[in-house]
Amino acid sequence: MNKENIKNWLKVNLFSNWYNSIISLFVLLIILSIIPSLIDWAIIKATFVGKTKSDCKAGGACWVFISVWFEKLIYGFYPDKQLWRVNLAFIILILTITSAFFVKPKIKPYILFFLIFIFPIIGFVLIHGGFGLENVETRVWGGLSLTFMLTFFGIIFAFPLGVLLALGKRSELPVIKYFCIAFVEFWRGIPLITVLFAAAIMFPLLLPANTNVDKLLRVAIGIGIFESAYVAEVIRGGLQSLPKGQYEAAKSLGMSYWKMNFLVILPQAIKTVIPGLTNTFIALFKDTPLIILVGLLELLGMVNLAKSNSYWLGMAVEGYIFVGLIFWFFSYLLSRYTQSLEKKFSTEKH
Amino acid sequence: MKKIKINSFAILAFVVTFIFTTFNANANQTRENVIKRGSVNCGVSQGVPGFSNADASGKWAGIDVDFCRAVAAAILGDANKVKFTPLSAKDRFEVLKAGDIDVLARNTTWTLSRDGGLALDFIGTNFYDGQGFMVRKAANINSAKKLNNVKVCVETGTTTELNLRDYFKANKLQYEPVAFTKSDEAVAAYDSGRCDVYTTDKSGLAANRTKTKNPADHIILPETISKEPLGPVVRGNDENWANITRWTLNVMIEAEELGVTKANVDSLKSTDNPAIKRLLGLEGETGKNLSLGNEWSYNIIKQVGNYGESYEANVGPKTPVGLARGLNQLWTKGGILYSPPVR
Repeated sequence: MNKENIKNWLKVNLFSNWYNSIISLFVLLIILSIIPSLIDWAIIKATFVGKTKSDCKAGGACWVFISVWFEKLIYGFYPDKQLWRVNLAFIILILTITSAFFVKPKIKPYILFFLIFIFPIIGFVLIHGGFGLENVETRVWGGLSLTFMLTFFGIIFAFPLGVLLALGKRSELPVIKYFCIAFVEFWRGIPLITVLFAAAIMFPLLLPANTNVDKLLRVAIGIGIFESAYVAEVIRGGLQSLPKGQYEAAKSLGMSYWKMNFLVILPQAIKTVIPGLTNTFIALFKDTPLIILVGLLELLGMVNLAKSNSYWLGMAVEGYIFVGLIFWFFSYLLSRYTQSLEKKFSTEKH
Repeated sequence: MKKIKINSFAILAFVVTFIFTTFNANANQTRENVIKRGSVNCGVSQGVPGFSNADASGKWAGIDVDFCRAVAAAILGDANKVKFTPLSAKDRFEVLKAGDIDVLARNTTWTLSRDGGLALDFIGTNFYDGQGFMVRKAANINSAKKLNNVKVCVETGTTTELNLRDYFKANKLQYEPVAFTKSDEAVAAYDSGRCDVYTTDKSGLAANRTKTKNPADHIILPETISKEPLGPVVRGNDENWANITRWTLNVMIEAEELGVTKANVDSLKSTDNPAIKRLLGLEGETGKNLSLGNEWSYNIIKQVGNYGESYEANVGPKTPVGLARGLNQLWTKGGILYSPPVR
């Protein structure tokens, strides 16, 4: 861009008339008054290397806090020697998801099958133990890895259930139809925090003594069911956007109800609602810190624990900025991933 | 019609009794369960400086944590056989009632409604807390009685807020509360000059003072305006377990009174002092009364230490929490810590 172009761009976009000019100058003033002090605090005066709080003498941000606590923020109280198991589980997950980009379309359903039915078992055995692996109680799970586990579990639990509920709501059988409507309306009508409290606190009181369903599992299923109601409504939106002709065409080919839905209707419906589904899953990801209230320490909970250690008091700002950046980064990643899916599945010509 | 009513009532009664009997199946079994399991399940906080907290290697520390370690030492002979479960203030009692934990040591205030209304037992007080005030040195205020026409930063929805109102009303002083949901926010607001006073429990005041830009600029006023006795809690249906935990705490206090420490407990085994002999289980049958081995009290002191040692290591003046003993001093030294005789 040469000088003339910049001048032109400025004039068109920022200073096209007098009130736009005032707004532009005002915004510029705000940026200029915030950014330098922010950079000064977060980078120039910040301390990056050290081992204790007393190493932070420069007056800026104390990123030492993050580096010292990093392992705990990511893995919670998971035993040091077993960390490879968590890492391996996530590496398998990442490899599977990325491989979906490079394989032939025919293999993709198998990858999806693997993700929804086989990987959860592998991941659970790896992280929880069994088959010769030492048992690691869910009590010590925590940090960012717990956030991911809950999000992943929530998605693979809510998605199939949501699809069935969406189909059920459009069913011609009254029992199924009204059951699905009641189910969705019930779970959509109560706040997530209520679901978490019920799963963590009330549910065990209803069980006979000495039967113990793991708290994390109860909470995870609670989140999964809660999200399935939202997923169902999003997918139903997609189902309704399909023209009647699609159903008629499928039926005229003699397809059964399930064949029609899984081969003709759902592939088209889900494709159109990818933005809505992404929305729901990002919301799920960002809702996970609520589990702090039932005593589980995911990423935000671990930051709270770390910043209230006697020797690390006063690190709240650094901790929360770190959490904010992590959440933003992974939400953005999820959003980009689904955008690429959208492009891939698009049948419209550009 | 009448008959049906009676029948359904009978069914209801049966169900209710069934539920209650299954609930009570756990009564008086906590000690056996702990021994069978090989560990004490202890409910702690999600991070309260000096009381229960983890370090970057995942190790828990604090005076509440030390209490749990002492219980494990008493029963299992190994203070490290504790599993800590962080709990929020909202779910702590339910988790205890449901049996997920054996003892709750989560800086919990002992009140009548909690003790009487929740089917739980408070087994003692391991820290006498109370609400206090922090002000700027430059304000030249040396007593809470002189706080008039001030802005006070406080956390909302806590008893702190209610105590504050009571105090200013009772003393006919004017104030303006500025409420926040988190202590970090309240401290930051106080530090930036939005309030003249910051109030919270005294155990938190000193810790929060270290979060200000220049901690030396602030002082904590001498007055304590509320009673907050913090103590461990157990389920109300297990007498033996309540006794074990209660006397674990008492042994720690008694040990300090008798001058028995982690370091000298071995050499004191050959003492002639009958009180120390009884405390260490060399005389009498203290363990038997609790269905424990006679080494139980020795293990507590040897592995965890006496109350004073635990206090100094976690919340004392040399730690960042920086609390003087105050009320939490032995009764012989001007405080109110007092253990019934261990005999």
